[in-house]
Amino acid sequence: MRIGLLASRIRVEERLLLDRLAARNIENELIDVREAIFDIHDPAPWRRFDAVLERCISQTEALAAIRAFEAFGIPCINPSAVIETCGDKLTTSLKLAAARVPTPRTRIATDPESAMRAIEQIGYPAVLKPTVGSWGRLLARVHDRDAAEAIVEHKATLGSVQHSIFYVQEYVDKPGRDIRVFMVGTEAIAGILRSSEHWITNTARGGRAAALEITSELRDICQAASQAVGGGVLAIDLLEAPGRGLLVSEVNHTMEFRNSIEPTGVDIPGRIIDHVVEVAQRGAVPRVTVRTGQSPGAAGFDALSSTGAA
Amino acid sequence: MSNLASTTSSSQTTCECPECAGAVAITRTLIRGEVVRCGDCNAELEVTQTAPITLELAPEVQEDWGE
Repeated sequence: MRIGLLASRIRVEERLLLDRLAARNIENELIDVREAIFDIHDPAPWRRFDAVLERCISQTEALAAIRAFEAFGIPCINPSAVIETCGDKLTTSLKLAAARVPTPRTRIATDPESAMRAIEQIGYPAVLKPTVGSWGRLLARVHDRDAAEAIVEHKATLGSVQHSIFYVQEYVDKPGRDIRVFMVGTEAIAGILRSSEHWITNTARGGRAAALEITSELRDICQAASQAVGGGVLAIDLLEAPGRGLLVSEVNHTMEFRNSIEPTGVDIPGRIIDHVVEVAQRGAVPRVTVRTGQSPGAAGFDALSSTGAA
Repeated sequence: MSNLASTTSSSQTTCECPECAGAVAITRTLIRGEVVRCGDCNAELEVTQTAPITLELAPEVQEDWGE
């Protein structure tokens, strides 16, 4: 068996994944996505891989390469459809809402004036997020119309065209922390509480991680969220909304986990590699399917339809 | 088992910073694609070759970077 690890920048996470592959005596190859060339008429050079684990820091590069691997019949973790969904907050929110997974109230607008109306509908404080991006970058919490007008004008004037999509969300007054659950396949393998004095609690922004017990309620909502976006290796971020329970805020498809191994005691990279090996042995990526008419918590997983595998 | 990731040799202990020409200490085995920081100028440097070690200024964070 040979596993490809697709990446560009090598973070602690990629080193740990390579270590786990080596510890399991699995042949592996680090593929630098920036150097790869895919001849769309000749998949043979890439068929040496039984599966590819996508760990690119650039979503755009990842998506292009994974589409090629899938077309060549190589199972990919995660599949391109999952990357597309999770890499775009709008698509993620739409899929969560369609699957009736509890999520913060969200509006989308494409024009500054419409954006202001959307913000007023949501009410203050409101949160504006770029639809593409990570690590808590460029999030804005606005407390009044003056601040909202300034942010909207700046986004419309200074931002790339991507920032002209105004993603407006209610601010959830969480108790100084949020929740992250690591999903591998259909299993919630670990969870952490991320605490911070700042309203942005990402560990990339200094949030502290502590272990969290996975309750049945948490497991059910995370399985439903995973199912809604297509499943795979995912980190699901949740907020505790006073009086409303858990809300899924984001789903991450190339999760960082370096700060979560020690507090949880779970070998997260080892569990990911075990899953990749399972997929490679099966020759297909497990796909979770939505059963309509079921509540998210009761929704089941129908595994094993192939996504791009030969 | 073969890991085709290219790693640094253990004998090399410093490398020149392409930004400030300072000596960047190599304290562990590196993989191509890793990022180290220059202790003199604080620049983020990407390992672009491992035998011998070559460092280049790491790319700036892009809009679509993340997890």
